[in-house]
Amino acid sequence: MNTPTLPPLLASNPRLDRWVGFPAPGRVTVSTGRVEIGQGVLTAMLQIAAEELDVAPEHILLQTGDTDLTPNEGYTAGSQSIQFGGVALRMACAEVRALFLDHAAASHGYSRPELAVRDGAITHRGEATGHDYWSLASAVDLRRDATGRPPTKSVHDYSVVGRNAPRVDLAAKVFGGQAFIHDMVLDGMVHARVVRQPRRGAVIASVDEAALHRAAKGPIEIVRHGDFLAILGADETVVEAVAAVAPNHVAWDGVDPINPFQEEARWLLQQPSIDRTIGPPPPSEPTPGTTRLATTYTRMHIAHASVAPSCGLAQYRGGRLTVWTHSQGVYPLRDALARTLKLDPAAISVKHVQGPGCYGHNGADDAAADAAVIAFHRPGTPVKVRWRREEEFGFEPVSPAMVVTAQAAVDAAGSPVDWTTEIWSGRHSSRPGGGGNLLAAEALPDPPPHPPAVEGGYPPGAGTRNAEPLYDFPAKRIVHHLIAETPVRTSSLRGLGATLNVFAIESFMDELAERAGRDPVACRLSVLSDARARAVVEHVARISGWQAGLPSGTGHGRGIAFARYKNMAAYAAVVAEVAVDESVRLVRVWCAADAGLVINPDGAINQLEGGIIHGASWALKEGVRLDTGGISSRDWESYPVLRFSEVPEVTVELVDPMTDRPCLGVGEAAGGPTVAAIGNAVAHALGARLRDLPLTRERVMAALLRA
Amino acid sequence: MQSTPLIVNGNAVTVTADADTPLLDILRNHLGLMGTKFGCGQEQCGCCMVLVDGRPEKSCGKALSTVAGKVITTIEGLGTQDRPHPLQQAFLDEQAGQCGYCLSGILISAKALLDRNPAPSRAEIAEALDDNICRCGSHVRILRAVEHAARLLREGGAR
Repeated sequence: MNTPTLPPLLASNPRLDRWVGFPAPGRVTVSTGRVEIGQGVLTAMLQIAAEELDVAPEHILLQTGDTDLTPNEGYTAGSQSIQFGGVALRMACAEVRALFLDHAAASHGYSRPELAVRDGAITHRGEATGHDYWSLASAVDLRRDATGRPPTKSVHDYSVVGRNAPRVDLAAKVFGGQAFIHDMVLDGMVHARVVRQPRRGAVIASVDEAALHRAAKGPIEIVRHGDFLAILGADETVVEAVAAVAPNHVAWDGVDPINPFQEEARWLLQQPSIDRTIGPPPPSEPTPGTTRLATTYTRMHIAHASVAPSCGLAQYRGGRLTVWTHSQGVYPLRDALARTLKLDPAAISVKHVQGPGCYGHNGADDAAADAAVIAFHRPGTPVKVRWRREEEFGFEPVSPAMVVTAQAAVDAAGSPVDWTTEIWSGRHSSRPGGGGNLLAAEALPDPPPHPPAVEGGYPPGAGTRNAEPLYDFPAKRIVHHLIAETPVRTSSLRGLGATLNVFAIESFMDELAERAGRDPVACRLSVLSDARARAVVEHVARISGWQAGLPSGTGHGRGIAFARYKNMAAYAAVVAEVAVDESVRLVRVWCAADAGLVINPDGAINQLEGGIIHGASWALKEGVRLDTGGISSRDWESYPVLRFSEVPEVTVELVDPMTDRPCLGVGEAAGGPTVAAIGNAVAHALGARLRDLPLTRERVMAALLRA
Repeated sequence: MQSTPLIVNGNAVTVTADADTPLLDILRNHLGLMGTKFGCGQEQCGCCMVLVDGRPEKSCGKALSTVAGKVITTIEGLGTQDRPHPLQQAFLDEQAGQCGYCLSGILISAKALLDRNPAPSRAEIAEALDDNICRCGSHVRILRAVEHAARLLREGGAR
């Protein structure tokens, strides 16, 4: 008998009782290591479990992101929750159901093929048997490893999966209940704010404690561990007011200024780098009959800019540290905290509580570490740290600035025969699980070494993500220059390098099409043999009423772009329509996506819509500003984002969502194509191309002057 | 410290706090009304929006002394799960939200709009919500939900 291959996350968490339990009659607990970050994963996981267990969703209690309770699934990131976490949960639930039916058949003499489950009750030939999950729970031992042998349901048998399900977490947010970590209150809790090191390695020269106390309208306490400085008090208003003026009363040594000209990305081209080529070596001499073309595209640093600053709670009691966090990875954070505090990981519990949408590695882990460090030194007292808005903007890791050159040798017909995507970028991943990188840890005595800059393996890549076009070019390569030293801390943001790589590839595709006098849609389809890719391009062209040959330079434009996220997740094609006078007004966006089997179609559409608007904000508005002190864009005026009156009409359609094909991650699929489609639409409207993001009024004006 | 009377969601309350205390802190930390959110503390994002005598105001920048005796409405005063306000019903119907952190402020801004304009255009709704930041990109659903709520209200769901 063949041993089936378990999905990776079930192989690493094989014990079935880690996934499913039947604690009391009528109740099912289902555990997932995935956490809710606004993407609707709780609802989708509930649908998967309800479907495979044949239990109504309202009977299931979902446990999520808790080192005491749930499987270790690493980070909730990379559009992998359903594609990998959901698949593991589905198989675990199917196996649990099968074990109960096997037991019912063996112990009570039923014919196994004629057993089924109806809302937790076991039926035989459609009739109730009087047995259910709960009556048999003591006889079926789930403390065993999954085998992967029992089949999961066929798509034709689905009644919960594939249907729109309302978000389980939305009501609390609409009626004003306690929904977020920011709303947590623990008995005897103190509020804390950290006075941040202005730069890594800065050392406290002096603290004017008298001035801080004078600024306080109530009792406060000043705590210091090395260069980690915090203000504590029972009254949050008092603590917040002192924190606002605290930087004026603390002097630092060793604050190296940064070069504010590194705000724009082209400085990357002059930096030492760690270089790597993926794909065939470049041809030593040009292919006869071809022309070599190259164009360069850039992007500034981008902030996560979550709608609220990060928050963390911690309590150290009886030798155990409990930490509440909206981090994307409770297990990696636990390990990083253990290292920071020199504690055994087994003495730390990390529990996820929802926060504002993060879109990647923002300040959440750091805020949790702040709370943990303070609480560790004050046994018994629960500590809540809520970052200040300017702290989140100024100290969260940001997505690195990038430069990408797309170059191609094109034949006489204008079609690429040899393609290179060349990338200059800082690191896209520095999450704390990988080796430190918690601000609090860096401020403590004996800080951990600066984690080395690394680029993840390709595929899926980090800076190299989506750098290989899916098009049928005879030769394709990626040349990657990883810049280890960046002026500010950088890490993962939704899409990682895919955003600029797709912008560059899809802009260059349009530039090549224009040079060859071809329509952008027809040009793409002529080099796209992947049937699912063709389908989304054709679908979006149809629903947007795409017309070839519309004149450019009229002030009104349309653009198309396509990518398959990571070249292994969902396919998405986007058409954008813009009106441009002095600035860009986004009129309408259409998107067609193929995400394989879709668990909750409305949830997936919501994610794609969100990715489109997020992408539009990146394309038109967002860029981190720098001065000699670091990040200077520390409020919503200096870091503008897309507002309600700037949002376009958005139409999203899923291509073949009820399919036996595997689920493909959808959360990050729309961003790159949206940014690129907007870029192409603006070029069409202006008759001149902007290659540096964001596409601000100043850049539009400069392009018009050049043209 | 001083005693300040307020009417919060229809209830007369007296809070004892420093006159400079932001209304947001009064609501969350003194009255335990956690539905109103901290977003920026700089009156730039709208997460902390409440109605003060019917007008939408950012509570993070409103000192307690400036709202003495005034009528405050927070998200908790809009409706309940059993008796949802048409706006709350519409946001659930349209699944208008992702992380949801911005929603209570947006619902309050929308309430103020519909109170003064029962049939707003899409552009008028967008303009009324321009002081509210949403970062998940739920804008299109939110705009649709406010239109839907306006319809519900006009059809007799007013309360």
